[in-house]
Amino acid sequence: MARRFTPKIITTNDLLEGDVIYLTADGSWTRRFSDAKLFLEQAEAEAALARIETRQDIHVGAYLADAETGIDGRPQPVHFREQFRATGPSNYFHGKQAETGDVQVQ
Amino acid sequence: MYRYSEFDDAFVRARVAEFRDQVNRRINGSLTEEEFKPLRLKNGLYLQLHAYMLRVAIPYGTLDSRQMHQLAHIAEVWDKGYGHFTTRQNIQFNWPKLADVPDMLEALADVSMHAIQTSGNCIRNVTADHFAGAADDEIEDPRPTAELLRQWSTDHPEFQYLPRKFKIAVSGSPNDRAVTRAHDIGIRAVRGKGDETGYEILVGGGLGRTPMIGKVIRSFLPKDDLLPYMEAILRVYNLSGRRDNKYKARIKILVHETGLDELKDQIETEFTARRRVFPGVNQRLLESLNAHFAPPEFVDAESSEYELRRTRDPLFRTWCDTNLNRHRDPNLAIVTISLKPVAGTPGDATADQMRTIADLAKSFAHDEIRVSHEQNIILPHVPKAFLPRIHDRLKRSGLATANIGLISDIIACPGMDYCALATARSIPIAQEISQRFDELRLERKIGPLKIKISGCINACGHHHVGHIGILGLDRAGVENYQITLGGDATETAAIGKRPGPGFSAEELIPALERLLDAYLTIRLSGNETFLQCYRRLGDQPFKTALYPDSARKAA
Repeated sequence: MARRFTPKIITTNDLLEGDVIYLTADGSWTRRFSDAKLFLEQAEAEAALARIETRQDIHVGAYLADAETGIDGRPQPVHFREQFRATGPSNYFHGKQAETGDVQVQ
Repeated sequence: MYRYSEFDDAFVRARVAEFRDQVNRRINGSLTEEEFKPLRLKNGLYLQLHAYMLRVAIPYGTLDSRQMHQLAHIAEVWDKGYGHFTTRQNIQFNWPKLADVPDMLEALADVSMHAIQTSGNCIRNVTADHFAGAADDEIEDPRPTAELLRQWSTDHPEFQYLPRKFKIAVSGSPNDRAVTRAHDIGIRAVRGKGDETGYEILVGGGLGRTPMIGKVIRSFLPKDDLLPYMEAILRVYNLSGRRDNKYKARIKILVHETGLDELKDQIETEFTARRRVFPGVNQRLLESLNAHFAPPEFVDAESSEYELRRTRDPLFRTWCDTNLNRHRDPNLAIVTISLKPVAGTPGDATADQMRTIADLAKSFAHDEIRVSHEQNIILPHVPKAFLPRIHDRLKRSGLATANIGLISDIIACPGMDYCALATARSIPIAQEISQRFDELRLERKIGPLKIKISGCINACGHHHVGHIGILGLDRAGVENYQITLGGDATETAAIGKRPGPGFSAEELIPALERLLDAYLTIRLSGNETFLQCYRRLGDQPFKTALYPDSARKAA
C-alpha cells in the first residue's frame, strides 16, 4: 500500500537576508509559516519546487517540509526543526519571533 | 604576538577584494549558489537555520585589545550586538547579511584578521594551549610553532582540496589543554635525550561519528623537520584518504584502515624525499617568529592589595580559587574569564563585554587575550596586584562567574538553535544544567567536572571527551539526549562510554541529578573527582543511578 502523503510547504532561505522564507499560494514569498501554501498532492508540490528552484537569484536551498493544518485552518510545522526555523533561536528573542510588520519578501 | 608583515596584509586585503567581487556576482545573478557556495565557505561564510554565519579565525586563540575592540564593533554594526566564541578558539557572528560580509571582512583586515580557511576541506585554524607563554608547566611556547603552521598552511596549493577538513593542535606542556589527542594531527613539545626540544606527533585523533584517540606516529621529531614531516603526512592523506564517503574521509579512518605501521612507512618514505627540498627557510622563519612571541617584561609589583582583598572579600576569594591558574612568574596569575554565567549561552559575549575584556587586557594584562577551546576568555599575564580591580570590573559587566572547571563551565555547540546540521538543541540543555545545579547549590560540592554537549553526531561540542558527554539526537521527531560517561580531553584522553538509552529533554536533568547524587554518595572523599570515581568503579553504579527502573527489574 502506498504511504499516505504528508502535506508539504516549500521553504528556503532568502539570498540577501539569509532568513527563512516560504512560498505562498500566489507564487510570492512570505516570512510566516502560517502564510505558506499547503500542498496536499505530492506531484503538485514537486512540480512547484522544480519551478522555484530556477529562481536562485532570490533564495538558497529550497526544499519540501512536512506541515499540517492547525486549528486556525492555517499550515503549521510538524517537525521541531521547522518549528525552530519558523520561530528563531531559543536562547535569545531574535529572528522570526522578534519580527513585526511587513513580512513580504521583495 | 605575531604582527602581520606587508605581505600578510596585502594578501588578506586581496582576498577581501576578491570575495567582494564574488558576492557582487552572486547577487547580480552571474554566479549560481552551486558556484558560489565553495567560494563563500573558503571565506568562512555559512548559511545556517535563520541566517548567514561568519566564522572568524583567531589563530591559536590569541588576540590583542585592538582586535577585541574591532570584534565588538563588528558585532554592533553588522550583527545583533554579540559574538559566539567556539571550541575552535574562533568567533562566530550569527546574523550577518550577505551584502555586508565584504565590509565585515574589510573591518577584520584592518586589525590583521580574516575568515580564511575556517571552513572547507583544507587545513583549518591551528589551535593551541590557551595558557601558552604563561603556564608554569610549559616546555616551550607552542605559538611560534602554531604560527609557522598557519603561514605554511594558508593557501598551500597542494592542500586546498583535501578529502576532508584537517585540524592541527599544538601543546607546549605535558599537561594537555589543547585536546591534541582528538585532532587530525596533535603536536606536543617534548624534551629529547640531550634535553633539546622537539615534538611528539600524534595522528588520527578525532571526534565526530567515529571518535578516535590520536596515535603517536613519531615520539621525537627534531624541530627542524616539522614542516617536511607535516607535508609528508598531508601528502599521504591527500592521495590515500577516502573520497568516496564523507563520513570515512578523515585521516583517522585512513590510520584505522591502513594500520599505523604501514601508514608510518609511507609517511617516512615521503618525508625522506620532502626533507631534501626544504632549504632551511622554515627554520629561519621559526627563529624569527620566536621574537614575535617574546614574553612581555614582567615587573615585580606589590601584591599586598591582592592578599588583603583575599582575606576580606569571600566572593573575590572564591573567584580566585576557581578562575586563576599558576603563572610561571609567581608575581602574576593567569585569569580565566568565564563566558558561562548561570543560565547563559556558553561562549557568548556582548559587544560591551568584549570591550570590557579588551580594556582590562590593555590596562592591566600586557595587552594579551586568549580564547580557550572551552569557550572562555583568558588574560594570560596579570600582575596579582591588579586582580582586585579586574574582578570589580568583571563583576560590573556580568563576567565574574566563579565556575571554571565546575559543572556549569559547559562546552556546548550552537546546536539546533543556529546550526543547519544539528539534530537537536544544545544551548537550552546547558542553560538548564547550570540553572538547576545553581539552585541546588551543589556546584562546589561536586567539584571538578566537565560536561560537554553536542547537538549532533559531528561532535563540535566535544561530548565524547566530556566527563559527562551529552549528544542531542532526533528520535522519531522528538529531541533525545544520549549520555556518555568517562570521557577525558587531556593527556589521559579517553572516549566516553554510553551507559544506556537516551533521555527526553524533560528526563535529562533529573537523570543527571540522580547520577551526581550517586557520585556524591559513593566517592571516597571530597577529593575524589567524578572522573577518578568513575575510573575506580566503572559504569555500574552510575548506570544504576541513571536507569533505576531497569536496575530494579534486574534485581
